[in-house]
Amino acid sequence: MSYELLTFTWFVLLGVLLCGYAILDGFDLGVGILHPFIAKDDRQRRLVMNSIGPLWDGNEVWLVTFGGALFAAFPVAYATVFSSFYTAFFLLLTCLIGRAVSLEFRSKVQSAAWRKTWDFGFFLSSLTAAALLGVAGGNVMAGMELGPRYVYQGSLLSQIYWYPLLIGALTVSLFAMHGAIYLYLKTEDELQARVQRAIHPLFLTFAGLYVVATFATWWHVPHATENIANFPVLWIVPILNALAVLNIPRAMHLNRPGYAFFSSAMVILAFAALFSVAIFPNLMLSTIDPAYSVTLDNARSSQATLGTMLIIAAIGIPCVLSYTVIIYWIFHGKVKLDPNSY
Amino acid sequence: MDVEILSRLQFAGTIMFHYLFPPLSIGLGLQLFLCELAFYRTRNPAWEAAARFWTRVFAVNFAMGVATGIVMEFEFGTNWAAYSRFVGDVFGSALAAEGIFAFFLESGFLAVLVFGWDRVGPKMHLFSTLMVFLGSAFSAVWIVVANSWQQTPAGYHIVWHDVQGEQVPRAEVTDFWAMVFNPSSVDRLTHTLIGALVLGAFFVASVCSFYLLRGRHDAVARRCLSIALPTALLFTLLAGATGHDSAQKLVETQPAKLAAMEAHFETSEEPTGLYLFGWPDAANKKVHFGVQIPRLLSLMVYNDPSRPVPGMDQIPEDARPPVWLPFQTFHLMVGMGTLMIMVAGMACWSWYRGTYGERRWLLWAVVLMPLAAMTANQAGWITAEVGRQPWVVYPSVQNGVEMMGMRTADGLSESVTAQQVLSSIILFGIIYSLLFAVWIFVLNQKIQHGPDSPEELTDYKRRHKEESMSDSIRHGGTAYGGSLMDKETG
Ligand code: HDD
Ligand code: HEM
Ligand code: HEM
Repeated sequence: MSYELLTFTWFVLLGVLLCGYAILDGFDLGVGILHPFIAKDDRQRRLVMNSIGPLWDGNEVWLVTFGGALFAAFPVAYATVFSSFYTAFFLLLTCLIGRAVSLEFRSKVQSAAWRKTWDFGFFLSSLTAAALLGVAGGNVMAGMELGPRYVYQGSLLSQIYWYPLLIGALTVSLFAMHGAIYLYLKTEDELQARVQRAIHPLFLTFAGLYVVATFATWWHVPHATENIANFPVLWIVPILNALAVLNIPRAMHLNRPGYAFFSSAMVILAFAALFSVAIFPNLMLSTIDPAYSVTLDNARSSQATLGTMLIIAAIGIPCVLSYTVIIYWIFHGKVKLDPNSY
Repeated sequence: MDVEILSRLQFAGTIMFHYLFPPLSIGLGLQLFLCELAFYRTRNPAWEAAARFWTRVFAVNFAMGVATGIVMEFEFGTNWAAYSRFVGDVFGSALAAEGIFAFFLESGFLAVLVFGWDRVGPKMHLFSTLMVFLGSAFSAVWIVVANSWQQTPAGYHIVWHDVQGEQVPRAEVTDFWAMVFNPSSVDRLTHTLIGALVLGAFFVASVCSFYLLRGRHDAVARRCLSIALPTALLFTLLAGATGHDSAQKLVETQPAKLAAMEAHFETSEEPTGLYLFGWPDAANKKVHFGVQIPRLLSLMVYNDPSRPVPGMDQIPEDARPPVWLPFQTFHLMVGMGTLMIMVAGMACWSWYRGTYGERRWLLWAVVLMPLAAMTANQAGWITAEVGRQPWVVYPSVQNGVEMMGMRTADGLSESVTAQQVLSSIILFGIIYSLLFAVWIFVLNQKIQHGPDSPEELTDYKRRHKEESMSDSIRHGGTAYGGSLMDKETG
């Protein structure tokens, strides 16, 4: 394979990993955000947590593998992104730790105060993680203050302004909606009825933010639309995105929640695709001087490494997919509590 | 304090905290698999009670390993950006392979192991346990390969890249397998894995000996001990053997590290002795209060008691590692290893004679051994990592060509300030202390609660089957009320 094609393949594969993470861990984070509002007694709280119990860890591995693959395929991007987002990233890590241990420890002790503390930890870490992921995405989309030799010159404060915050809010609402549809699939009876009542307002909030964010991006991030303007076939991505959004209430109305879940997964997929189209061929755009940007060309590994990695991926991905399917199959159906549950 | 010291402190702190959990996950994974295998073959409910109990302990530990491991995955980028750019081409693929081959495997099958007891058949469950164990062992493979490459790089060359007019070097892979099987990776990997298996075996032996001392859970405890004690002895002996192998290689690959570990300052014509203990003083090139066995280091390193071992004076001044810390941690590890061999040996002997339950001092010694195993694991890493200084990537010679290394000080992130690192250290200091307290608390609760009694288990299962009959037809899952749960968590 030519060096150019390999580079592009890895750009796409990283998009797939990130998107897999957002779709899968997206509903975990959404469930965490909804947890205090949906569940009203201890049994329901445990049901909500156990709906993601066996799955969240495997879902998080998509992020870990994305990190490893970014390191291997585009080391300059790995180094630049994570050192630029230093403080924000440590907050994100704190949230991921918080979520993991809240799930693990909450039901281990029979005490109301103990459980309340971890419940709150679960909610807060899920909410903040979703928001931080969105804020980071917004910053990368809009470009950052990269100086010579990829050294970031801004600070945490310059990463927090209206546009990334808007994208953060969009992400939170998207994951909350996605999580609600997932919960609808996994619960029954009274709990399910409560989830159902929440889906409608969650959808409206998301749809509102979606419209606002679309116009904001148009206005604030002019380069985002350049690729679409140059390659009109790419119009298909935003159009599919809008269709998938509209399909969610339709599917719920038709009482086909599985289809609604598929649609919200497609919305996330379309967002990931839009994001990739918007930044291509940069990985991190410099707002100081485009010459300082991290691009596919200056960030990539050697041809040999990209090739080896492709072989590793070709062996690994089918394995990963097959046992992911097995695990999801074993744990399909409504959640139940048993002595092994959280 | 400057960014370098702070970043090193942060890395050392976070990795050492992470490394509290992986060795137990790996080691306990094997014990768990063996218990379950015994259950599968004998169908004895005591073995099942054991397997279910170790699963609960395993799950708590695993969650901590995952939570702290995520931090490590990204810390190369946050704190060591220049290093990441330099080694990404080589190092990144190992980290990515770890994600694809190891973490997906362990996290996926962990779900079946922990939550699947009543959802899948015994065969599938046994298989999942094996996969979790193999997954955690695989993750050790890739991360230790990456680390070994830093210590003894191979299979690469240096390419200069133009970055906005400046020439910047980068290590690029020329031979993937030479990179993976670099001169130290096999030795270090086997030694590290065995260190983990030692911990797992002693952990099980410790908890079970504690039950014998308290006169509880006798049936389960004795069964587990019959696996844990012999494996503990076997693995401690192997740890000594593989460690000895590592040390013999060091004299060729990293003589500076070996000199530091042994506080061997001046090379001489005479054979070299081995310090049993002492207080090295690098400034004066002396070892205070040292007790030395003549010729032993020469014998250990070269299998030849008369051949002198090169000392620190052979290493250029600016490439010498600290001496005091590697010396002490190395001796600590070997000391703990020796202690564990003795305790495991005595325990096995008295087990064989059938007197194990009566010697309370021996039981107490075994109860304490996980601390020794944990200390040896941590001390080993400190020796390996501090002894590698001042290099984060060692310089090497590939096919007769000298390759540059990278100094730790040059690996930092240029855009990160001391202030930022200090804040993250404080943040993580607080979080990790809390986590540690909670972990100990929950672990202690699990151990105090102990395994379900085998009769209870069979009872519960019969009841459970009847209850869920009607329900599972509807849902394909298992039905369960809340009442028994209270007992389990209480
Ligand atoms: C000898 C083994 C070993 C060593 C040296 C390390 N780890 Fe580790 N790591 C494990 C063995 C392990 C393990 C046994 O596979 C886990 C899974 C559960 C546990 O307790 O530890 C783990 C978990 C774990 C996870 C979470 C995986 C998940 O979500 O399932 C990550 C991202 C890392 N590690 C990354 C690292 C990095 C970047 C390291 C080096 C700087 C590192 N580990 C050192
Ligand atoms: C196998 C994966 C590992 C890698 C890739 C790795 C790499 C590194 C790096 C990049 C540093 C910081 C730079 C430096 O100070 O040299 C470091 C320091 C350190 N690491 Fe490791 N390490 C690994 C595993 C471990 C483990 C498991 C431990 C033990 C618990 C450990 C203990 C330390 C210590 C104590 C330091 C500080 C040394 C010093 O700065 O003087 N490392 N390591
Ligand atoms: C009893 C004799 C032992 C000897 C002679 C020995 C020797 C060594 C040596 C020379 C190293 C440094 C390797 C390097 O930097 O390349 C090392 C590292 C290490 N040791 Fe040991 N060791 C012994 C026992 C143990 C035991 C009992 C454990 C754990 C239970 C242990 C755990 C470790 C670990 C985790 C490392 C760091 C990883 C590595 O570099 O391989 N060691 N040991």
